[in-house]
Amino acid sequence: MNSLKIIFDRDTWQEIFGSIQKNKVRTIITVIGVLWGIFIYITLSGSAKGLDNGFEREFENIAMNSMFVWAQSTSLPYEGFKTGRNPQLKLKDAQTLRNNVPEIQFIAPRNVRGVFDGTSGSQIVRGTKSGTYNVYGDFPEYTKIATKKIYNGGRFINQSDIDDARKVCVIGERTQKELFEADEEPVGKFVRIDDIYFQIIGVHKYVQGGGFESDGDVFIPFATFRKLYNTGENVEWFTIAAYDDADVIQVEKDVKQTLKRIHRVSPKDERAFGSFNLGEVFNRIMGFARGMTFLSLIVGIATIIAGVIGIGNILLISVKERTKELGVRRALGATPAEVRMQIILESVFLTTVAGIFGIVLGAFVLAGINAGTANLEDFPYTNPTVPISFVLGALAIMVSLGTLIGLIPAQRAVSIKPIDALREE
Amino acid sequence: MIQINDLHKSYKMGSSSLHVLKGINLSVEDGELVAIMGSSGSGKSTLLNIIGMLDILDTGTYEIDKVLIEDLDETKAAKYRNQFLGFVFQSFNLINYKTALENVSLPLYYQGMKRKERQDKALKYLASVGLADWATHLPSELSGGQKQRVAIARALVSEPKLLLADEPTGALDTQTSYEVMDIIQKINQEGKTILVVTHEEDIAQMCKRIVRLKDGVIIQDTKVNQVLAEQYV
Repeated sequence: MNSLKIIFDRDTWQEIFGSIQKNKVRTIITVIGVLWGIFIYITLSGSAKGLDNGFEREFENIAMNSMFVWAQSTSLPYEGFKTGRNPQLKLKDAQTLRNNVPEIQFIAPRNVRGVFDGTSGSQIVRGTKSGTYNVYGDFPEYTKIATKKIYNGGRFINQSDIDDARKVCVIGERTQKELFEADEEPVGKFVRIDDIYFQIIGVHKYVQGGGFESDGDVFIPFATFRKLYNTGENVEWFTIAAYDDADVIQVEKDVKQTLKRIHRVSPKDERAFGSFNLGEVFNRIMGFARGMTFLSLIVGIATIIAGVIGIGNILLISVKERTKELGVRRALGATPAEVRMQIILESVFLTTVAGIFGIVLGAFVLAGINAGTANLEDFPYTNPTVPISFVLGALAIMVSLGTLIGLIPAQRAVSIKPIDALREE
Repeated sequence: MIQINDLHKSYKMGSSSLHVLKGINLSVEDGELVAIMGSSGSGKSTLLNIIGMLDILDTGTYEIDKVLIEDLDETKAAKYRNQFLGFVFQSFNLINYKTALENVSLPLYYQGMKRKERQDKALKYLASVGLADWATHLPSELSGGQKQRVAIARALVSEPKLLLADEPTGALDTQTSYEVMDIIQKINQEGKTILVVTHEEDIAQMCKRIVRLKDGVIIQDTKVNQVLAEQYV
């Protein structure tokens, strides 16, 4: 008989079921060992994936390899300048940076009223209603770095707005709520920002995770901002996105080094320019998530191995108990290969059944966790899944481990001579 | 049927070795019913094990059905056992989680026979020992005599050349022993060659020939007038 025929033979399975059923309680307990292993494995790696997805969701509205760079004050004297000088970022720095750091994909100079300048923002008036909001001067590139969801019927600032220094603005959800009636359509309407009339071109939906931004932010074209607040060529900070494959930490260093050269700051001055590297933070978080996945793999596989070893152990005992039965089978014409095959198949069968049950159970638990966390906005946990390759890999590991561990009792079974087996009373 | 020449067998016991069979010459013809007798330690079980290919000989030759048994590895032995031999043991050795029918059909399974065929044949043999109605019972639900009859059916189902019975009545009371011997005699009358190892004189007298072993040699080999067990049943 070739081995494939044995596996698909109904009689083989009848033999296996017969011997497995002989000791139901023990079989069930053994199976639970492996089942638990694969259950832990599936649940852990699924949860890790959920965490991973959750973090990605948190960052979905901002480019994952982006950073902010702003000017602070110098801490080292350089080229005759004293310390404590405040370099001022200029609009033309953007082009210089683009030329010097080829890894930069997008660069958006930004100015703001109400965040860093000590004021609480600009006053915005509409009819009898008014409020104070942060007002940003922006380029259209900004949405390439941090996506802004604009409600239906509106748009963000475009290049024509910049070219013509149009008096248009994008308002926030909260701004709309506070200045307009609930059933009013704000797009096309006018508001006064610091006594200048602006036409509303869109309302942006606020998404969490954007740093210091809020749901009341108002965006106007950079060129308009410049005229309105007389900021000239000045830029408060650059928002920069590097290409996906770029090393964000190196890009950050290069950007700062370039800025130091432009503004005649000592190359060793660590404090002249400040930065916040979202890419680095993101990498760190993703590293943590990857670590979790790795840990869950290790723990899960270790638990599976422990379970499979349990099966091997039980089969060893079972072979010992069945010494006589195996001897009888040998006397009746079973070849060593057939005996070995039977024991190994028992092992593989038990591990596989346990594995499948474990996977199903794990899937149920993950579905439960998913249902429980589906509506949690501030908890980074989304769609816990286990990649099919992980599942198949685990099954493959179990089948091969089941075979390997089955070899030990199988060899023990074959090494018993039928005569000794029959003599044992 | 069996031709044994100058058979020697010894067992290693630590540094010393125990010479169990010291030159056995035995010839058994087709259709014989031979009792092998001897006290414990006489070597009768060892002889049966070698004939049954459960053990290998040291020197000498052993032929069964004109096939010289040599270079016996386990796979080859298993094949020969299945082909030539049927075993009946003192302690029945039925597989306790299988029904009588499944036990009887087991040798056919190892022959690779199809399921339906196997069951039909097993049932036929079970009927021949009068246990057709007990086919679906587990060994634990059978009496000692019934168990031994199932074992006999199992030994016969593969249509062996030779039936080897190792103390087949050793675990049975006198009445049941005679019933089992009756079956063995009937099988013999149908032409089957049978070897019975026993230490009970009355059982030996129910065979056609008695071979007595002592200290590893045959001391007596006589034909006897068979006592029919039927009269006691």
